[in-house]
Amino acid sequence: MAEPGEDSRRAGVAEWLDRRASAVFIMPAVLVILAFSIFPLLISLYLSLARFRLAPGGYELRFAGVANYKKLLLGSEQWHFLGRFGALSALDWLVVIGVVGGLGWWLARYLARGRVWLPGLAGRLVFALLVGALVVLAAATVGEGVSLGSLSTTLVYVAVGCFVQFAIGLSLALLCVQPVHGRSFFRVVFFLPLMITPVGVAYAFRMLADMSKGPIAPLWNGLGLAEFAWAADPWLARLVVVVGDSWQWIPFIFIVMLAALESQPRDTVEAAELDGAGGWQIFRDITWPSIMPVAATVMLIRVIEAFKIIDLPNVLTNGGPGTATESLTLHAFVLWRTLDLGGSAAVAYMLLFVTVVMCVSFFNLIVLPYRERQA
Amino acid sequence: MSAPAGTIRVHAPQPSLLGRLFEPRALGRPAPLARILVYGGLLAWALVVLFPMYWLLVTSLKLPIDVNEGPKYLPFVDFAPSLHAWQYLLVDMRNDTLRPYLNSVITASVSTLLAVAIGSMAAYALSRIAYRPRLGSILVFVLCLAAAVLAMVALGLPWWLAATVGLALFYLVVRALGHRFRKSLGNGDILFWMISQRILPPVVTALPIYVMFQRLGLLDTHVALIVTYATVNLPIVVWLMYDFFASVPVDLEESAQIDGASRYRTFFDIVLPLARPGLAATGLLVLVLAWNEYLLALFLSSANAQTMPLLVAAQNATRGPQWWYMSVLIVLMILPVIMIALALQRFFTRGLLLGAVKG
Repeated sequence: MAEPGEDSRRAGVAEWLDRRASAVFIMPAVLVILAFSIFPLLISLYLSLARFRLAPGGYELRFAGVANYKKLLLGSEQWHFLGRFGALSALDWLVVIGVVGGLGWWLARYLARGRVWLPGLAGRLVFALLVGALVVLAAATVGEGVSLGSLSTTLVYVAVGCFVQFAIGLSLALLCVQPVHGRSFFRVVFFLPLMITPVGVAYAFRMLADMSKGPIAPLWNGLGLAEFAWAADPWLARLVVVVGDSWQWIPFIFIVMLAALESQPRDTVEAAELDGAGGWQIFRDITWPSIMPVAATVMLIRVIEAFKIIDLPNVLTNGGPGTATESLTLHAFVLWRTLDLGGSAAVAYMLLFVTVVMCVSFFNLIVLPYRERQA
Repeated sequence: MSAPAGTIRVHAPQPSLLGRLFEPRALGRPAPLARILVYGGLLAWALVVLFPMYWLLVTSLKLPIDVNEGPKYLPFVDFAPSLHAWQYLLVDMRNDTLRPYLNSVITASVSTLLAVAIGSMAAYALSRIAYRPRLGSILVFVLCLAAAVLAMVALGLPWWLAATVGLALFYLVVRALGHRFRKSLGNGDILFWMISQRILPPVVTALPIYVMFQRLGLLDTHVALIVTYATVNLPIVVWLMYDFFASVPVDLEESAQIDGASRYRTFFDIVLPLARPGLAATGLLVLVLAWNEYLLALFLSSANAQTMPLLVAAQNATRGPQWWYMSVLIVLMILPVIMIALALQRFFTRGLLLGAVKG
C-alpha cells in the first residue's frame, strides 16, 4: 500500500499534467524542431559567415563576414558554383532581353491591377530578380568553352527532371485510367521504383548505361557507339542522372494523378462524350481543369524534394566529368569533406535561399490561385 | 475505415491480386487501335520499371567473368548462375553485412516510431485544441536563441550555459512584457511552420548537427541517426496525420471527455485506435524514407552506425565497382520494402494521397 502522502502527490502530478495537456501534446514536436532544425539553421548561418581552421588542440572559427559568399559569387569558387562565363552571343542577348522583358511586363501587370499588397510585391520582386539573374547566368554559361556551375546544374535537374516526370507520370495515369485488364497489376508495378534506395537506383543505372558491357550494349554496338563514353560528356552525364531520377520519381506523380483522375465525376465526361466531344477536347476542357489543383500540389512536393538531390550524382557519376554533374548538396558535401566548413555552409545557404524563393513563389503564384479558383 | 471527407475515392476495393488481374471487362470499351496503343504503352513502361530490377537480380547471380565479358541476360541459358556473391556477403563476411543491416533496421524503425509518436500527438493537438502563441513572445524567443547561439560560437561559452542564460532571459522578458503582446498566431500558422520544415535542404542542418553530436560524443551512434531522421520526417507525419485527425468525427471523444476521461486517455484509448489506417500509411512512408536515407547517414555515421545505403555506396571503393556484391546488397535492401509495398500497397498509396491531394 502506498503512503497517503505519496498518493496525493501523484494525484497532484496527474492533475498538473492534465491541466497542461495542451502543452504536453505539442511541445515535443516544437522542441525537436527547435533543437534540430531551427538551432542548426542559426549555427549554419554563423558558420557560413566564418572561417574554419584546424588549430593546435582542435579548431578555431573566426568571423569572416561575407567572405565565403563573395568567394562563391565572385572569387575563386565562382567557376564551381556559378560556372565559367563567356561572352553573350546575339542569340543569348535575345533570350535575356526576352525574359527580362517578360518579367517586367508581368510585374507591371501586377502593379496595374491596383490591388498591390506589399509582401506580395516584395515576393514578386525577389522572384523576378532571381529568375532574371539565373537566365543571364544560363546565357553566359551554356555553350562552347564555358561550363555550368553546381547552381545551374541543380536547376537543370529540378526543371528538366520535374517536367519529364510530370509528363510521363500523367501520361501513364491517363493510360491506366482506361478500361484495361490488369489495371491493378500495372498500378502495383509502376509504384515499385519509389521504394528503392536512390543509391541502388544509381548503381542500377550505372550498370544499364554501361555501353560496352551493359544490357543494351548490343544495340550500341550495332550503332557503332560502343566505345562512346557518356560519362565524359557533361550534358550526357547530366542526362543519365535525370533519367535515373525520373525512373525513381515518376511513380509518385503517377499514383497521385491516377487517384485524381479516378475521383473526377464520370457523368460530366459521359455527357460530353454523348455530345460528341473528342478525346482531346474532353481532356482540355473537363479533365485538366479538374485535376489541375492536385497537379500543382504534387509538383510543389516534387520540386521541394528535387532540390535536395545528391545520391544519384554522387554515386552515378561521382559529380564528374569534372564537377559537371555536381548538385548544390553534393557541392556542399565536397567542401565539407575538404574541411572548408564555412564554404560548405555558404553553399547550403545559397541552396536554401533558391529553394525557398522558388517553392514559395510556386506555392503563391500557381498552387494558391488554382485552389482559390476551385473553391 | 472511414473515408475522410474530401479525399479522393480510390477505386472500389478489389479482392486479391490474382482476382484483380482478371477483373471483369468494363462496359464502354474504346476502339481496338486505341486499346493496342494503351496496352503497348502500359507494357512498355512495365518493362522499363521491371528491367533494372531484373538486371540487379541477375547480376547478383553472376561471376565476375560473366559481368566483364559483356551482357548475359538469362541464367542457365547465357551463363551458369552462381551464389558466390551471396555466399561471400552472407557467410564469409557475415558480420560486415549484418551489422549495417541491423543498424538500418534499428535506426529506421526506432526513428519512425519516434516521428510517428511525436508527430501524431502534435497533429492531434493542432486539430483539436486552439493555440494562440503571441507573436511578440515568438520574436523574443528567436532573439534569445540567436543571442545564445552567438554567445556560444563567437564567445566560446559552453552550450549548456548559453542555453540556460538564453532560456532564463526569454522567461524573464515574457514574464514582464508578455501581457502587452496583442497579436497572436493560430493553429494554421503552427501547422504551416511545422510542414515548411520539409523545404529545408538537409545539407543546411547536417553540418551543425554533425558538430552538435560531435560535442556530445554521440557521433557514429544510433542515437544521432534516430534523432535526426525523426526530426527530418516529423513534418510529413504532422501533415498527413493532421488531415487524418481532422477527418475523424469528434463525437466519441466528446462523450469520453464528458465521462471524465483525460486528454491522454481519450487520445490513446479512443483516437489512436480509430486512426490506425492513417498511422499505418504515414508510418510506412516514413519508414521507407528513413530506410533509404543517404546524405545524413554520410555525415553522421562512419563505422559503428553505418547504414545499408552507405555500405552499398562503399562497394565502389578500392578494387573498382564490385557489381555482383553491390547487386546482392541492393537486392537485400529492396526485398523488405518491396514486400511491404506489395502487401500494404493501398495503405501506402493512401499516405501519399492524403498529403498530395488535400495539400
